[in-house]
Amino acid sequence: MVARFARRMAARDDVSLVVGVDTKAPARLSGMQFLRADLDNPLVGTTLVDERIDTLVHAGVVAQPRVVGGRGHLKEHNVIGSMHLLAAVQHAPALRTLVLKSSTAVYGSSARDPALFTEDHGLDRRSSGFSRDMVDVEGYAVGAARRRSDLDVTVLRFANFIGGVDDAALAGFFQLPVMPSVLGWDPRLQFCHAEDAIAVLTRAVTRPVAGTFNVAGPGVLYLSQAIRRAGRGHMTVPDPLVNGAGRLLLRTGRVDAPVDQVPFLRFGRVVDVSRLVEVFGHAPRWSTPEAFAAFLEGRVRQGPTGTNVAALGSRVLQWLRRPAA
Amino acid sequence: MVATGTRKGNPDSHRCDATTRAGAPCRNWAVQGGRCRLHARRDRDEDGGSGERPNTGGPERPQPGQSAVSQPGPGRPGQERSGTERAAPTLTTFTAGATGRRAQHGDSGGNGSGAVDQSHLAAFDRSFGKAGVRGDGGTDDDPRPPGVMDALGDVLGDDLAGHLDGIRAFLRRRLSGDYEVDEFGLDPDLVRNVMLPLMAPLYDTWWRVVSEGRDNVPMESGGLLVSNHAGTLPFDGLMLAYDVHEATGRFLRELGANLVFTTPFVGHLARKSGSVRASREDADAVLSRGELAGVFPEGFKGLGKPFSQRYHLERFGRGGFVATALRARVPIVPVAIVGSEEIYPMLFDARTIARALGLPYFPIVAQMLALPLLGPLSLLPLPTKWSITYGKPIETAHLPEGAAEDPMVVFALADRVRDTIQDMLTRQVMGRRSVFF
Repeated sequence: MVARFARRMAARDDVSLVVGVDTKAPARLSGMQFLRADLDNPLVGTTLVDERIDTLVHAGVVAQPRVVGGRGHLKEHNVIGSMHLLAAVQHAPALRTLVLKSSTAVYGSSARDPALFTEDHGLDRRSSGFSRDMVDVEGYAVGAARRRSDLDVTVLRFANFIGGVDDAALAGFFQLPVMPSVLGWDPRLQFCHAEDAIAVLTRAVTRPVAGTFNVAGPGVLYLSQAIRRAGRGHMTVPDPLVNGAGRLLLRTGRVDAPVDQVPFLRFGRVVDVSRLVEVFGHAPRWSTPEAFAAFLEGRVRQGPTGTNVAALGSRVLQWLRRPAA
Repeated sequence: MVATGTRKGNPDSHRCDATTRAGAPCRNWAVQGGRCRLHARRDRDEDGGSGERPNTGGPERPQPGQSAVSQPGPGRPGQERSGTERAAPTLTTFTAGATGRRAQHGDSGGNGSGAVDQSHLAAFDRSFGKAGVRGDGGTDDDPRPPGVMDALGDVLGDDLAGHLDGIRAFLRRRLSGDYEVDEFGLDPDLVRNVMLPLMAPLYDTWWRVVSEGRDNVPMESGGLLVSNHAGTLPFDGLMLAYDVHEATGRFLRELGANLVFTTPFVGHLARKSGSVRASREDADAVLSRGELAGVFPEGFKGLGKPFSQRYHLERFGRGGFVATALRARVPIVPVAIVGSEEIYPMLFDARTIARALGLPYFPIVAQMLALPLLGPLSLLPLPTKWSITYGKPIETAHLPEGAAEDPMVVFALADRVRDTIQDMLTRQVMGRRSVFF
């Protein structure tokens, strides 16, 4: 998704140069330059200075362990890499705008959550894992802004991506033939359509507005509702077994998510996007149910769904009712 | 016999107008129309309010020749009441184009005894007799015995097919996830089609809730309903939400304690009925969207009150609910719920067990004494008679901007609300006929 965003940026007239930095090259370059390096490579810093980059979009923080080669490398990739990058920002005099792709995971998931998280709500500093990593990365970004007063920092907290991406954690979850949920809990979920995310990133680059913004489709789906709309099997796991079952599921590799996100399946997380609409000036085009519907249309169909079973049932009935020949 | 005239100008004018059977003035407090519930004016036999005895003679007393069914005496409890109570269903109301019970008895009141019997039995025959169809004119030309579908039709009414279609559509909607929820998690489809119908028998029959002052509930804009809390289990929250929906069609967003949302099963069901956590952020969020919020400031102290303390309001916390209403500039509507205190009369609080289970209290209630006899049935709430009274709203919009941060304003307003509710409670309790009726 970030590669798609970068390509579209490169295609724009008002953008003279796009440099992508990653450890793996994207499938298509189409007009952008690519630097293959780790974020702690000093080459990144020199590129910033030499090319006189004026906008840095740090979208390299990932939630999927397999993308970076396993759970052990996730923290290193996210936190240490960001630390180096944001330190290099100090010494790039031409830089004016810093956009950080963060996540709503910074709010954490617990039973005492507010119904709607606003951007001013305190972050979840107690947990370890991906949420804590994101909180640390945001801290570095804020620190960079403090040290460079001429730098505009936009922190975008994205909800779980769905629709238009095939590599997001929740997308993998909803492609399972049988989806687990916790017995006795029904969390509210909120999604962000990938195209909305790209639109927000584009706007953050072209018409930057400093500040912290939640980005998600308005509206909410309950997990039970989403599983029913997905039309596949549903398995409820009793409370004491959830952590073990979650770890087992993540180990199978079909769902690529960090381990500390298992409480998300119990409590969910819903954020308030009014600041995005009013201050940032972007109204999401896909609400959460619409984004989920778009995802359902696009996913690879495996296994029976409710409509298939109903269709099969009516075919059987028709066959039974056929006139005796 | 004392006529009403002598009671005017009496300093005791908050007492009931009527006189008792013995001839003395009734000393119950007046709760409606100058009467207590025992002597409440009834639509049918208005006698102008002069010293009317409950069992006066004349045409209302059942004549010896008439069947008892056709003519209820005016003294029977649970009969026509003023206010917003629904008439108890009778056999005749199940049939299509039902003749109301009132009309029927109005008829029989006027006729002679012979005609009365026959008209009533004819109506009975029409609905359940030889015809077997749903009481629509009752011709005798369909001699087959009533079947299962006819019986179902009688019970469910005319629109059996529509009813089944509704159920089928509901199940299809739910199983395919094709319904909407709002951002706080309220599921209107589930509430209207499952939760409210499940609460209806409790509201109508078990607790026979009487509701007064419904005009005081805001119909369009936001408001904060503040109520007393009692009964060990928060059934009063359910009944209040049901009543608000009956009165206005709106969903009441009740502010629930943390315990509700940390408990499995209860947590998500509470959310789906519109509850949110009783926290500053959530209350502000709900009220700023113009919704009706309901708060029970007594909290667990109110629920876990010993029976001897019933209808004495506990302290209203730190007055946070007032600050919330002030910030949102919505009116505060005081609500008094009578009847909830006695559903689980708490004799003893087993504090050690409560601490061990992590509960705020572990009540030993009066019904538990019947555990060896009735088993689990003894844990049912007692069928007391409830009344929900909405007081006049207390406006907050006229107060200055920073009033929510001014402790004096907050405490004064909290005390005022508490006193208002206590007053409403006392009045209703003193004016009621009895705990169960």
